[in-house]
Amino acid sequence: MSSSAYAPALESTRPTIRSEYGLFIGGKWHAPQSGRYDVTIDPAHETAIARVAYGGPEDIARAIRSARKAYERWWAPMKPATRAKYLFRIARAITERSREIAVLESMDGGKPIREARDFDVPTAAAHFFYHAGWADKLEWVLRAGRTPQPLGLCGAIVPWNFPLLMAAWKIAPALACGNTVVLKPAETTPLTALFLAQIAQDADLPPGVLNVVTGDGATGASLVAHPGLDKLAFTGSTEVGREIARALAGRSTRLTLELGGKAAHVVFADAPLDQAIEGVVRGIYFNQGHVCCAGSRLLVEESILDETVALLQQRIDRLRIGDPLDKNTDIGAINSRAQLERIEELVRSGVEQGATLIQQRCDLPERGYYHRASFFTNVQSSHRIAREEIFGPVLAVMTFRTPEEAIEKANDTPYGLSAGVWTDRGSKNMAVAQQLKAGVVWCNTYNRFDPASPFGGFRESGFGREGGVHGLTEYLA
Amino acid sequence: MKQLCVDAVMLESRASELAARSIKGETKSAWIDLAISCIDLTTLEGRDTPGRVRSLCAKARTPLPGSDAPSVAAVCVYPNFVGIARRALEGSSLRVASVATAFPAGQAELSVKLADTEQALEAGADEIDMVIDRGAFLSGAEDRVVDEITIIKKRCGDRHLKVILETGELGSYTAIRRACDLALEAGADTIKSSTGKIGTNATFPTALAMCDALAAFSRRTGVRRGLKLAGGIRTTKQALGYLAILNETLGTTWLAPERFRLGASALLDDLLMQRERLRTGHYTRPERIPKD
Repeated sequence: MSSSAYAPALESTRPTIRSEYGLFIGGKWHAPQSGRYDVTIDPAHETAIARVAYGGPEDIARAIRSARKAYERWWAPMKPATRAKYLFRIARAITERSREIAVLESMDGGKPIREARDFDVPTAAAHFFYHAGWADKLEWVLRAGRTPQPLGLCGAIVPWNFPLLMAAWKIAPALACGNTVVLKPAETTPLTALFLAQIAQDADLPPGVLNVVTGDGATGASLVAHPGLDKLAFTGSTEVGREIARALAGRSTRLTLELGGKAAHVVFADAPLDQAIEGVVRGIYFNQGHVCCAGSRLLVEESILDETVALLQQRIDRLRIGDPLDKNTDIGAINSRAQLERIEELVRSGVEQGATLIQQRCDLPERGYYHRASFFTNVQSSHRIAREEIFGPVLAVMTFRTPEEAIEKANDTPYGLSAGVWTDRGSKNMAVAQQLKAGVVWCNTYNRFDPASPFGGFRESGFGREGGVHGLTEYLA
Repeated sequence: MKQLCVDAVMLESRASELAARSIKGETKSAWIDLAISCIDLTTLEGRDTPGRVRSLCAKARTPLPGSDAPSVAAVCVYPNFVGIARRALEGSSLRVASVATAFPAGQAELSVKLADTEQALEAGADEIDMVIDRGAFLSGAEDRVVDEITIIKKRCGDRHLKVILETGELGSYTAIRRACDLALEAGADTIKSSTGKIGTNATFPTALAMCDALAAFSRRTGVRRGLKLAGGIRTTKQALGYLAILNETLGTTWLAPERFRLGASALLDDLLMQRERLRTGHYTRPERIPKD
């Protein structure tokens, strides 16, 4: 029996999916002004799931009006402890319907159900629980003597890699601080944001406190361009982040950007190697590598290169790629055809520039957008695969000789979102971590998240923090 | 030999991920039979009697009369019952395993341990389950641990030697890994987790650390040694979890009684119950499965 021969697991919880979704504005579902609907597809089977309204500038304006009204009439004047009750209610609803949401997230985005079930949904709920607790304690966030005030109307534009979780990262602190929100989900993954809107409606959240306007980049641009916005929180590519910063220059709209990354994962010869390999694998292949903080550059001490490569190769052969709804799947589908093409283009460039490609040996499903777990050896710092964010299951392996060289190479990137260090020596771990120019450094672990821990980047990875006390200050005047 | 370190957080996280694999349908059916055929059906109690050992042997041969359930791999008894087990299993391919070397504490002079081993071998044991000297290991006398294993293995000759590390007494995963590496280096045919006589027995992370040691040994020497997990393994779910860990670290060549054993007694009944359920679609009465 081959190692991929576990019989398929049966998913009994099917989410309620409507055939058509409108825009969630002012507590009600509306048809878009333009009358246009786009189809959202299941990337694992290339089949349509539902038709989703396309929001235009008029719809954005309408959402902004209702969010403004909700802010002035209900949400800002409300007792903070009452706001907390709404957030707790939303958090509980996410927990109660977690299986349904996990299946929906997996279907719409292609991520393995195991990850949606064990990471996305519980972490999203945790963010609501955490921020619900803060809602009536905000005076402890700021320096003594300052009274916490909400900013007003917050726009949130979120990516397709963690659709629900990124929405939660922005909505939960915004609402806890007394702001109202207009959320623009990614065009390929709108369904869990719309599910969240349904939860808000079921929780009797006052109309207009949370609005969800689906659409594409142009919809996002209309939101950014709207003068009624007091704050914008964006997670996505550095390219779009730049455009947003340009559009907001000279305006009083506050901005936080959480952009791309090209994180270094540094493995010293004295690391617990079997676990370090596991950390490296989780660092790059988690969510098919669609992770802004993915450890996409492996810097390994030269003396253990051969052993590391051998272990890595053996390990990726045992990853199970396939139907995201199978509970045993480790690597699901790439989010869209466009993203798959971008990954394939960068992989070709790696081969053309002289790096050695090593891929998982397995069959791929006949339909759907899939990419084998891959890594490159013989990578030079000047190669595109070592510099550009691939946002796919592709790792660049490079070597170093001394801790100084490791730090220098790790910092040799325009990004600065995250990094990882593996060594069994605590002193070395701390010393290296302090010199890495990254917002988050994981020591002897990777991709660990908690609502209490701030997350965000340096340099071209953006600015501002999400989560923890630091994250709350971004939503307070 | 290089001292390797093991990170507890990632080891435990990975082990629980693997043990949570969803094993259903045909795979479950095949793995239940595999688990049965990998069992060392064990009785190691002060109240063991010839009668008890004979009834255990009968069950080992035919776990569930009237069904096509496979027989287990071996029975495991104290040295003084080896002869009885040998006769009770005559004509079958089942093996007789015997604990030895002052089981379970291992606190005796080497001469006593040798005599213990020799007695079991003379009575016809196919396999010896020896314990390492944890006192020596923890006091840093690694040479003594290695020497003892080497000497016992020499006495065993081509008979199978399992070396019990008693992982629950070693204090850390790094120490467990070290003990695995020493035992494999010294010639253990199989490394075994526990005696079953202390509070902490086989666990998923321990099994994973042992699998990692076996994989590293096999990469370095080309020789595939065995793994035995024992103590506290009572349910089918646990057994399937261990098989998943083996499958995804060592691969399918380890999924056989030559390289994998489960030291257990109550586990067999649960495996038989689950086996019946897969075949009939409903749970059988526990009373239908003979106790011994």
